[in-house]
Amino acid sequence: MGDLGQTIEFTGLTKSFGGFTAVNDLSFSVRPGRVTGFLGPNGAGKTTSLRALLGLVNPTSGTATFDGIRYRDLASPLTTVGAALEAASFHPGRTARHHLEIYARAAKLPITRARESLALVGLDGFADKRVGGYSLGMRQRLGLAYALLGDPGVLVLDEPVNGLDPEGIKWIRELLRSLAAEGRTVLISSHLLSEVQQSVDDIVIISKGEIVHQGTLADLDTGDQLRVHVDSPDRAALGAALEASGFQIEMSRSGFIVHDVEPGAVGHAAFVAGVELSALQRKTSGLEDRFLSIVGGGAS
Amino acid sequence: MSTLIAATRAEFAKVFTTRIWWILLIILGGYVALLSGGLGLLFGATSQGMLGASEGVEGMPTTGLATMIYSTATSIGYVFPLLLGALATTGEFRHQTLTPSFLATPKRGIVLSAKAIALFLIGAGFGVVAIACSVGAGSAALAGFDIDTALDSSDTWALIGRSVLAMAIWSILGVGLGSVIPNQVATIVVVLAFTQFVEPILRSVGALADWIGTVTQWLPGAASDALVGASFYGAMGASGAQLDWWAGGLVLLGIALVVTVLGWLATWSRDVT
Repeated sequence: MGDLGQTIEFTGLTKSFGGFTAVNDLSFSVRPGRVTGFLGPNGAGKTTSLRALLGLVNPTSGTATFDGIRYRDLASPLTTVGAALEAASFHPGRTARHHLEIYARAAKLPITRARESLALVGLDGFADKRVGGYSLGMRQRLGLAYALLGDPGVLVLDEPVNGLDPEGIKWIRELLRSLAAEGRTVLISSHLLSEVQQSVDDIVIISKGEIVHQGTLADLDTGDQLRVHVDSPDRAALGAALEASGFQIEMSRSGFIVHDVEPGAVGHAAFVAGVELSALQRKTSGLEDRFLSIVGGGAS
Repeated sequence: MSTLIAATRAEFAKVFTTRIWWILLIILGGYVALLSGGLGLLFGATSQGMLGASEGVEGMPTTGLATMIYSTATSIGYVFPLLLGALATTGEFRHQTLTPSFLATPKRGIVLSAKAIALFLIGAGFGVVAIACSVGAGSAALAGFDIDTALDSSDTWALIGRSVLAMAIWSILGVGLGSVIPNQVATIVVVLAFTQFVEPILRSVGALADWIGTVTQWLPGAASDALVGASFYGAMGASGAQLDWWAGGLVLLGIALVVTVLGWLATWSRDVT
């Protein structure tokens, strides 16, 4: 079975506003069947890149395409690509159903798609309420309903997790995973890796308008430092044993952190010294730290 | 072509899914009905000397009175389709709905054309309601004083048709103006200041000397009155030279299209951030 989604291709995309270069020579591709996280701190150029991809911003140079076709040249844009950019692109006096019906008309989709996509995001009970009364989380869902209106093969979502409660975050994770599993292309941006790390397969990290890391989430993990947390009822004895083994150690509130060794080696050292252990655990996921050191050179 | 039709349908839906259109329409209808009915009563009573005779008034001619009263639908009411058109575009900027609009229809010229077409037709609808109110209230008042309502004259019905066309063109001018000045409050201020203050003064000045009148006849309100063929201002002697009705229509349409193209260049074709 072929993939539902198209491949997104950024090729040397550059965008300057006056003298300020928001995005500089951005090149990467986003494949179908996977969820790709587009990460970077606020102001890194994520939104500008996505708006250029969607034809809302004219690139200074370079292109961004869907299987080689620019957004403006797509024969049927909403059935090819669904996008949700930031919150609040709604007239507050309009109901959610009317809001979606307008764009269903413009895109020559069946009017019934408005109700169907509201049901998909769990807003069917609020379809005929004016959007002005919606909470931030409901607006995010309405934005997502707009993205799903044409049942597109590609989804481009800017900060989709913002403003969602924990239940909503869990819901959107599962939705994105299932959309990717159907063979769709899913590109989501976020300024926090931790927000999306449970949903994404691939990541592209940008900082100050340029790509600083690109690969799978697992790639980022392998760069992680090996650290072991260990503790004993007799901390003094444990400390002496670890030092005697020549490990690089660090005191922590709940014992010691040992750097650059496997947990087994730490356990062996304690065993040889006859020290009883109360905790022995590999410290995982310094992912967010890795992310921050990549985007900010460790500054933040 | 079918994309333009789809986009036009969407523009109709945009107008009719918020409340402002019927609020403006009710005020327009009520305002015009009150004004034309009031003028009908006032002139009717005056013509019969009921308000007390004064020098020369008892002989006040009533020919042309009916069409002058009916034309309040446009000469006073035109600000409403103008505002409706302006709000249709400024609302897109204000509520950032250009983003979903341009995502659904990435060819932006089609969106702007569709908006102009939709608002032209809705403006025509405003024109029908306005002229119905002015003719209804005005002719009832005049009939009460046995003054000729001119409703059996084909000239009157031609004037009614041209009034509807004028209101439709004013809506396009609103669309263009809203694109040139995307700030909603600023646009409303400009519309009210120009239509209620600047242009009336300029046209009054234009009545003072022929050479000024040849300039002020090109103003949108003067062109609109020329298109309709009768005017409240004209009857008050506040305007000088006037274009032929067809020339007035072309001038008004030309102004509307030029302003819309300026809007395209100034804002519509720019980055949406």
